Amino acid sequence: MNLNVDYMISIIPLMTSAATYTIKITVLGVFFSFLIGIAGNIVYYYKIPFLSGFFKGYTEISRNTPIIAQLFFLFFGLPQVGITLSGFVCGVIALSFLGGSYMVEALRSGIESVSKIQKESGFALALSKTQILVYIILPQALRTSLQGLFANVIFLLRESSLIGAIAVPELMHVARSEISMFFRTEEVLLMLTFYYIILIAPISIFFTFLEKRLRYAR
Amino acid sequence: MQDNMNWLEFLISERVLLLDGIYQTIYVSLIALFYSLIGGLLVGFIRCIPNKISAFISRIYLESFRIIPLIVWLFAAFFLIPRFMGRGFSSEASAIWVFTLWGSAEIGELVKGAIQSLPTIQRESALALGLSKTQLYMYILIPQAVRRLIPTVINMATRIIKTTSMLDFVGVIEIVARSRQIIERTVEPFIIWSFVFFFFFFLCYPLTLWSRHLEKKFR
Amino acid sequence: MELRNITKSFGDKKVLDKVNLNVKEGSAIVILGPSGCGKSTLLRCINGLEKTDDGELVFNNIKYGDEKTNWRNIRGQIGMVFQSYELYPHMNVLDNLLLSPTKVQKRDKNEVKEMAISLLKRVGLDDRLKSYPHQLSGGQKQRIAIVRALCMNPKLMLFDEVTASIDPEMVYEVLQVIRDLKNEGMTMIIVTHEMGFAKSASDHVIFMDSGNIVEQSSPNDFFSNPKEERTKQFLNKFLHL
Repeated sequence: MNLNVDYMISIIPLMTSAATYTIKITVLGVFFSFLIGIAGNIVYYYKIPFLSGFFKGYTEISRNTPIIAQLFFLFFGLPQVGITLSGFVCGVIALSFLGGSYMVEALRSGIESVSKIQKESGFALALSKTQILVYIILPQALRTSLQGLFANVIFLLRESSLIGAIAVPELMHVARSEISMFFRTEEVLLMLTFYYIILIAPISIFFTFLEKRLRYAR
Repeated sequence: MQDNMNWLEFLISERVLLLDGIYQTIYVSLIALFYSLIGGLLVGFIRCIPNKISAFISRIYLESFRIIPLIVWLFAAFFLIPRFMGRGFSSEASAIWVFTLWGSAEIGELVKGAIQSLPTIQRESALALGLSKTQLYMYILIPQAVRRLIPTVINMATRIIKTTSMLDFVGVIEIVARSRQIIERTVEPFIIWSFVFFFFFFLCYPLTLWSRHLEKKFR
Repeated sequence: MELRNITKSFGDKKVLDKVNLNVKEGSAIVILGPSGCGKSTLLRCINGLEKTDDGELVFNNIKYGDEKTNWRNIRGQIGMVFQSYELYPHMNVLDNLLLSPTKVQKRDKNEVKEMAISLLKRVGLDDRLKSYPHQLSGGQKQRIAIVRALCMNPKLMLFDEVTASIDPEMVYEVLQVIRDLKNEGMTMIIVTHEMGFAKSASDHVIFMDSGNIVEQSSPNDFFSNPKEERTKQFLNKFLHL
């Protein structure tokens, strides 16, 4: 197996721009997922009647369907009924749809880990339900659910590789196109692996470091 | 599609391809699950051995599946395995190999978690009661570990089913691939993709419910 | 504080059965009883952590406890200390103390801080302003929990088995704080197992069993001449310790 290193170097700009695209789409997906996560937990906390059921249903649907099915439905299915969205938007929507439910669950487990008596002591001190949520529950819940939240971020980064299925120029798709044009499979795959490692590994290490630091701070 | 067919009639008219795709999806999932269980048990045990070298290697094995997306692995396997193993290796076989490696890694972690979660107190009290080490494992630890494992394994099965959807890109003709074939011919993406969407849901959701039920039961 | 015919059930189980209680201002009432007799539930009904099924709650001659009640108002006047201290682990001592008075009673931060420091001085913990709960012992945490409740300027204090989770050596410190509070005239209702404390520091002792008040009298009468059979049985168990 002899690798053409010059070729590998030549595709660096291409791969880098694809990686940037991946980062953009994932950052947005993570952001909206997180928003959904917070929204869902606010709904659960205040026990808002109709929306609680809605979020529960949403969670079930989102976690029991693959992102490919969600993507294809959004990108290929919707135009037939008149809604046409760009590949980028579909990608973000699909990532947010999928990631949102995971964020809701991760935060929820953190919130539920704060003992009931902590809440009660807040009530005994005349705090309102909202004040208890903001000052007592959320700070503790975020620390506890941090690991789950970080895992979700890395999960979404990996899932972004599938968004190439709708022809958006993210890493995997660009790599595939390149291979189908020039057939230098090993070189491209190596570069692809390399790029994913430098995308995900530092984030993973950073998260572990953050986690450890926050644990000592208690 | 003719104008006088509604969505249900359309689906029924395409049932041959759809059912074949469904069959393939379930078939690949089951095989992957089966081999992953075996591999997972192996990996899980290896992970519990306090040997530093084996821990290091298995850690790298695990992390590589956590960092590199599965589709990249599938792709690599699809292109590279036939090159090294000769043309007799089908795309399905490559896919199963990758799925098994991935599934074993994941299930291995679950197995390790289950084994390590068994409280040490039970071990000590059992030894104090005079049970031999083998008896301890057979009658107390293993049944307990299995009980904790089953819901998580069912969860894993759900993930495997969902993940088969990416096999289309490496040439395995499962439900997504069949759907694309149908759409190319009849141009009804909305109906077909809605169908696929609901298919996965109605396959995975009962499994999810079952796993939750078992989790409660085994507490 | 007055409780009239307070009744509460958890499902089929009747936990409080037409309980009547009258607490005069400035007095210290101790409630004794076996586990599950409803004494904690009674306390929790007073500040609304449990809803009563029937009966009236009266505080300062005003009825409260129905749907119209402004609980935050009531809870600002009734302080409660829990068995598990329940300090907020992610905040230091000062922030723990400042949170409610500043956010609920909207008082000036510096004013509260001064009050907090003087209160901490009285319990001997004024050097711990910046410490975090996990750095403190059980006895220290509980004293701070008491101070935290006092920072709200309550008119009535509720203590729910506050020494049950503390090492025996440190129980004295906490009881001392409660004793001092009583001597300053704070109205309080104390649920406890500390018999010695009940005998020496209370004005009135109440014995509950299975949701009813079985006997109530002055501490001397209660411990020397228990009238009811159940009271005698209960006291006998402690004499044998």
